[in-house]
Amino acid sequence: MTDRSRRWGRVGALLRKEWRQLFRDPKTKRIIFVSPIIQLLLFGYAVNTDVHRVATWVVDHEGSATSRALQDALTAGGYFRIVGRSDRPADLARALDRGDAVIGIEIPPAFGGDLAAGRSPAVQVLVDGTNSNTGTVAQGYVTRIVQRFGTERAAGPNRPAAGVDLVARAWYNPGLTSLVYNVPAVLGALVFMMSLLLIGLAVVRERELGTLEQLLVSPLTPGELMLGKTLPVAAVALIDLVLVATVAILWFEVPFRGSPVALVLATLLFALAALGMGLLISTVSRTQQEAFMAMFLLILPALILSGFMYPIHTMPEAFQALTLVNPVRWYIEIVRALFLKGATVAELWRPYLALTLMGIGVFAVATWRFRRAVG
Amino acid sequence: MNPTAGDPVVVLEGLTRRFGTAVAVADLSFAVERAELFGIVGPDGAGKTTTLRLLAGVLPPTSGDARLFGISVAREPERVKPQLAYMAQRFGLYEDLTVAENIHFYADLYRVPRRERADRIERLHAFSRLGEFSDRLAGALSGGMKQKLALSCALVHRPALLLLDEPTFGVDPISRRDLWLILHEMVAEGVTIVVSTSYLDEAERCDRVVLLDRGRVLAFDRPAALQAAFPGRLLSVATAEPRDARDRLRDHPAVARATLFGRNLHVQLAPGGSPEAVAAALAAAAIPTEGIVAIEPSLEDVFIDRVAGSAVS
Repeated sequence: MTDRSRRWGRVGALLRKEWRQLFRDPKTKRIIFVSPIIQLLLFGYAVNTDVHRVATWVVDHEGSATSRALQDALTAGGYFRIVGRSDRPADLARALDRGDAVIGIEIPPAFGGDLAAGRSPAVQVLVDGTNSNTGTVAQGYVTRIVQRFGTERAAGPNRPAAGVDLVARAWYNPGLTSLVYNVPAVLGALVFMMSLLLIGLAVVRERELGTLEQLLVSPLTPGELMLGKTLPVAAVALIDLVLVATVAILWFEVPFRGSPVALVLATLLFALAALGMGLLISTVSRTQQEAFMAMFLLILPALILSGFMYPIHTMPEAFQALTLVNPVRWYIEIVRALFLKGATVAELWRPYLALTLMGIGVFAVATWRFRRAVG
Repeated sequence: MNPTAGDPVVVLEGLTRRFGTAVAVADLSFAVERAELFGIVGPDGAGKTTTLRLLAGVLPPTSGDARLFGISVAREPERVKPQLAYMAQRFGLYEDLTVAENIHFYADLYRVPRRERADRIERLHAFSRLGEFSDRLAGALSGGMKQKLALSCALVHRPALLLLDEPTFGVDPISRRDLWLILHEMVAEGVTIVVSTSYLDEAERCDRVVLLDRGRVLAFDRPAALQAAFPGRLLSVATAEPRDARDRLRDHPAVARATLFGRNLHVQLAPGGSPEAVAAALAAAAIPTEGIVAIEPSLEDVFIDRVAGSAVS
């Protein structure tokens, strides 16, 4: 038997064992196969920042045909839903206080008259800023609807003769639906958490059991041990990728316009970085609890600084710089572009390069630390 | 890598390991012959586990070296590993795998040829009686069974050298007996075994022992030779009040040392001391005795004598 065949024989033995253990425990199976779907459904349905039938309170001081037409214009698009009307501003304030309404609109007494006379009446819009996502978007919609209404109804001489009509159209995601935007990002979060968790615990559990020492007295080298531990987890990451992508495409009808090969390539590079981080954690953790704490401390900032839920361009500059070394950020960027834009690897060379550098870098450091820690 | 029959299998040369400023083992030098059942004996914290881990190559020495089959463990651990088996005190079993899967995993890891495998496993089952539990999960075995499975896993690649760290710790008396029978059988087949234990009755089964205390070698010889070299005569005093008897005899000029052994008192006579002097001293203190007899020192007596001797010096 040659040295090389012995080596692959040992890695194979470890792979078979890992695979067997991974799929023996019903709890692990649930974590691998069921939890990604549940999380996808949760993010798909629950984390919804779409503006849809927003509760609106109207104070109409005029009560004319024109003011009612404005209200109709508001509700026509399905964005707003009028939950109450009155002629006292105090009622509007109370509705916002109580959370009965998110948007309040106050139409002045001479609204229709002013419009007809060519003057510019002021419509007051109040927004509940505690829900800043919905609030901001809703405010934009209200503004646009009211302005368009004003332009259409303005009397002859005041009508802007050659004004610029701004028509905004969102590409790649015409409905600006958060679902289409979020679902690909869930992939990033899931692959990251799954790789980190499974590899970290796979190594630390052996340390806890005392089997790690057993493996180290065997002819198995630290490099072979790493290979045998990481390959099954990388395979699980790919399985989850297929699982989540399938549900996203078939159930949520998220378009996939890019190449599947590009997606698998990005996922492998990304998994390399995540596995490296998991291995690093496993070198400093003696127990599964310690490993779990360390992962928790890593996962949360990595997701927050990824553009997963909060757009990166609105972050303070220092934090924007931090996102550059966050593999989750680059992976999510790639996944979104592949799904929605149908971008190619060449167009996405920057994030691919970043992921490659990070994957190789983190994994190299992890290998070095791992050899020192266990060898 | 085929040492001649006369060469020792294990040679320690000033093997030392420190953890920070604490010295776990200091300057250990001794040799273990081929097909020897060699015992490392000492109380908790003596450095038994550290010594075995150093020999297994799991822990690098601070200074000194150990050569196994003539190969330096510190410099070439990879070359030693295939011939070695190390069974830690808590040998890790994969509790979510079955008995058969555990054994096969180690067989795979050491590349045991498929055609030899069935025969070897059958032989292992013959002593361990684990055959009928092949499909049971390792986690569902009793303590003694687990230990036998661990030994089976360690032996499946037929190591020439077996390092065992307190293999009978927490094992029931019958399984303990079984384990020792297996070890004797293996030594008969030419395997070299280094075993640590804190049970001195077990140490007496070894061909040679090294007594460790606080990381240093106190004694190194055949158990019988150590017992023969015991200084002074030894008496066993049966009494209902062993503690009072010990306190009374401790400073008596006829007595070198008095040690409680269960409900008896072992009294090591000082030069010139006699059983009559001991009996008279106890009678004078009105401590009733049920018999004073001269006995052969056990390894435990030897050990207590050596440990106390080293504490004084």
